[in-house]
Order: sequence, then C-alpha cells, then structure tokens
Amino acid sequence: MILGLMAGLLFTPLAWAVLTLLSGFERSRLISWLGILIQSLVSFALWAAVASEGGFHYQLGGWPAPLGIELRVDGLAVTFVMLTAVVGGACGWHAGIYLDPKKNWHRYFWPLFWFLWAGLNGVWLGADLFNLYVALELISLSAVGLVALGGQADALRAAIRYLMAALLGSLAYLLGVALIYGQFGSLSMGGISELLPAGSGQAGLIFALVLMIAGLALKTALFPLHGWLPPAHGIAKSPVSALLSALVVKASFYIAARLWLEFGEHLGSYGLAQLVGALGGVGVLWGSWLAFRQTRLKQVVAYSSVAQIGYLFLLFPLSWGVSEAVSLQAQQGMTLQVISHALAKAAMFLAAGNLIMSVGSNRVDALAGVSRFLPFSLFSFGLAGVSLMGLPPTGGFAAKWLLLQASLGSGQWWWLIVLLGGGLLSAAYVFRVYRASFIENSDTDLFFHPSRSLEVIPMILALLSLGLGLVAEPVLSVMALPFSKGGGG
Amino acid sequence: MSASLLYALAGVALCGIGLFGFITLAHLLRKLLAFNLIGSGVFLVLVGLAQRHGEPDPVPQALVLTGIVVAIAATALAVVLIRRYFHLSGHTTLRAETPERVPGRLKPQTRGDNPE
Repeated sequence: MILGLMAGLLFTPLAWAVLTLLSGFERSRLISWLGILIQSLVSFALWAAVASEGGFHYQLGGWPAPLGIELRVDGLAVTFVMLTAVVGGACGWHAGIYLDPKKNWHRYFWPLFWFLWAGLNGVWLGADLFNLYVALELISLSAVGLVALGGQADALRAAIRYLMAALLGSLAYLLGVALIYGQFGSLSMGGISELLPAGSGQAGLIFALVLMIAGLALKTALFPLHGWLPPAHGIAKSPVSALLSALVVKASFYIAARLWLEFGEHLGSYGLAQLVGALGGVGVLWGSWLAFRQTRLKQVVAYSSVAQIGYLFLLFPLSWGVSEAVSLQAQQGMTLQVISHALAKAAMFLAAGNLIMSVGSNRVDALAGVSRFLPFSLFSFGLAGVSLMGLPPTGGFAAKWLLLQASLGSGQWWWLIVLLGGGLLSAAYVFRVYRASFIENSDTDLFFHPSRSLEVIPMILALLSLGLGLVAEPVLSVMALPFSKGGGG
Repeated sequence: MSASLLYALAGVALCGIGLFGFITLAHLLRKLLAFNLIGSGVFLVLVGLAQRHGEPDPVPQALVLTGIVVAIAATALAVVLIRRYFHLSGHTTLRAETPERVPGRLKPQTRGDNPE
C-alpha cells in the first residue's frame, strides 16, 4: 500500500503536468480537478499511515542511497504534504473558476501548477541534499512561469527579478552542497549528521552551512533579501499569489530549518543563530510597517508575507544551545506558524482577488463601500487577518504562544518585542483595509459579483486557519514524534 | 597541490567572477551569462573537490550532468522571459521601475506570438 501511495504522491503530479500540457484550458481544468481529488486522498492516506505507524525511509525503485533517491517520510514531512494538498487543492479549485478560459495562454497554468506540486512534494520528502536542489529548482522555475502568466511587461519584470534571485539562491545552496560532498562524500542528510562530529568547527564546513542558509534565505525572502517578493506576489494572479505565499517560500525555509536542526549543533554558533533571528525580527517589524504603508491591496498582503516569514526564522536562535524542551517548543511553534500562515495567507490572497475583481481596482481606497456588497469575502479577509495578528483561538495564536514560551524558556526575552510588535502592526494593516471598505460615501455603485464558489474557498481556508488553534494538539503530536529521531535510517 | 584541487580553485575563481558580474551588471543577458559562469564554477568545485583516494568519484559527475540540465532549463526560461520583456517594454534592464511612458517611442513590435 505504501508503494502505491508514494508512487501516487510523486508521479501523479508529473503525469498530470504532461496531460494538462496537451489539452486546452477547460479540459485541463476537469482533468486537474480530478487530479486534485486523487492527490488529496493519497496525501491523507499517507498522513494517516504515518500517524498510526510512524515515519519510515523509502528508497525509490529499490535503489539504495548514492545512486537512488532516498525519501524520508516522517511526521513533519507528511504534515506538509497534507498542507500542500489542502492549500494547493483550494488554489487549483479557485483558479479553475477565477482564470478566464477565453485567454488562450491561461491554459499553461495547469502544467505549471502540477510541476509546482511535484516539486513541493519532492522537497517535503527529500532526504538527500542534491535531490532537494533539483526539487527546489523545479519549484522556482514553475513559480516564475506562474508569475509571468499575466503576460504584461510589469508581470514579466517581476518574474525576471524573481528568477534571478531564485537562481542565485539555488547556486549558493549548491556550492554549499559541493563543499559538504567534498568533505564527506555523502549527500544523505542523516549520513552527514552522523559524520559531522569529526568535522566539528571546521571553517570550510561552517562556510558551507552559511552559504546554504544564505541561499535559502534569499529564496525565502528573509529581511534584507526580500526585495523580489512583493512585486512578484503582488502582480501575479490571485490564486498564483496564494500558492506562492502559502507554499513556495515555505519550501526553501523548510530545507533551511532541516539543515539547521541536523547540522546546526556542530556547525552553527550563537552569533549565527542570533544574526538570523535578528534579521527575521527586523523583517517582521519592517515588513508589517511597509504593509501598512502600501496603497495597493495585494501589495499589503505581499508585504505581510515578508513579515510573517520573519517569525519563522526565530527558530534559529530558539533551537540553538537551548534545552531539548525549549527547542521542541520552538520547532512546534515554527510548524504551526508555517501551517497557519499558509492557510491564512492563501485565504487572504484569494479574498483580496475577489475584492479587486468586484471593485475593478487594486487600490486600497477603491474598496469604499465594498463591505455592504461583498461582506462574505471581506469577512474571510478579516478572519485570515485575525490569524495573522495572532489572536486566540487561531493557529497564529498557538504558534506565537509557543514561540513566546520558547523565548522565555531560553531567557532570550528580546524576541518578545518582535512577537508583540509584529502582532500590533499586523492589526494595523488589516484594520486599515477594513476602514477603507466601510466608508459609505463612495459614488461607485457598480460592483461586479464574483461567483459563489470563489467566495466559499477563501472562507474555508480562513476557517481552517482559525480552527487550527483548537486542534493544534493532534496536529503537533503527528508532526513532533519522528522529528527528533528522524534522519537515522 | 594536486590537479583536482586546482580544478576546485578554478571553480571558486569562476564563482567569484560570476558573482561580481551578476551583482554589478545591469543588462539582463549579461546577468544571465554571469549566472551561467557561477554555475560552471559550482560544477567545477563539485567535480574537483570530490576525490576518492586519488580516483575521480563518479557520483558528482552524475550530479553535474543533472545540474547542467537544470541550468539549461533555467537559462532557456530566462531567455524567453527577457526576450518577451524587451518586446513589450523596450528595456534590457530592470532598473527602470516606472518607465517613462513616451508614446510612439520604442513601440512593442507586433509578432505572431503576441497574446493580445
């Protein structure tokens, strides 16, 4: 059964990518919706299998490590596979209705969407450094293609800027991989972390880790390297923005986090951990402030992504040189933050897309009066915003609460400023959108009404993000148990 | 110094030159060439550093083949995007964030593959 599930997870997206490449938009849409259904079922079955029997290592085609592709199927990986199925499925469903089938080039959305999904599954399950690189490149190239889908010069400019940043980031990562392979002659993460104590503190290896993390930080849009993100996420079609913010940036962060947790103990240092955390912290405050200052709705949401990504990097200082319990709290907080941000941000971008479609303008102040006309979408936007602010009982609250406890538990009180300040600033930018939409003296009374299902999808995602705080315990129990012992094999 | 270490050092030098070009050059095609230079440098480091008891290690050679395929795919995508961007905007750099809209000057050429 496991064989069938793994094959389904890795090969269905690739097969679907080829199938959808060969047919027009409407037929591709039907095929893709079927594929989304299959993928969701397979992801759920794998999640249930791991939840009941624990994680395992899987060798693709029965070939052992240096030649074959080794996959690590543990709790964290299947949690993210599941998240991809939920968010990716929702975005695919939304895109099928949102994109205009009359524009011929929109049919390329489907193959790119499936390649993206294949790459994401590859990253979540990958256990060796080089295959992670290949999966990461598959994600980047399809994401760039999706950004360029709009076709205008602005979209292309954003896509090229994104491509350049992504390529540079991948090469930095690959150079780090080359240095590590040169030292140990192994690419398997588990194998290297067993060999590491011998090479502890070697300058070359530390440089390799710094290179890899810097490259991945560039791809994740950590604070000073975030310049490419807002244009790309702001100009893409709404379902594409949702996919990019919810899943694509998480893929490179996930690799950085795994590297840090496996290698950080021997190659990391207090200074490096604090530096990465500080950049994340500045990102939270600066990104939120810029989100508050934007005049265009989708730019608000895009800068909010820069801020929310910053929280993730608090994992680095909170898991280095601290007690096992604090480190576990930080890891759980990070996982919940990834999940809740993915759900909330996808909901927010999809809802923003509906609002923009309805008023016919992407400016925040053009939203005047929309509260009466499109309350449902606005409500989804607000619910997602509540999760981003970190109010109870949302997933965002549970995540920030765990991070807060980890900061106090390790005596690093300075991260509290980031956690509290970031929450207040995100409240500010969400309320600003609300204020604009409740103004009644607008002279526009011509609103376009998006179809019902377009409004339902962001609502479902927002409710999931809201409910995550209530079911955090079972989610964490699946994700947490194999996390610490993973990698051995 | 062994020959393989020489390859690795040459790779590092290529990476350095490429990175310098990637950051300082504004023209998109030059940037892309610089990217390819960094890529070649990384591949050289990968093949050069990995030696097993003086024998070349076959695994990184397989990796580099895959890496070259990825680099070609990325380059092809970038060339297509840059070409299309140039047709639409008349710019070869990303610098002009808000291009001055002078009607009639540098009109986008009408081509068969125009989506409009």
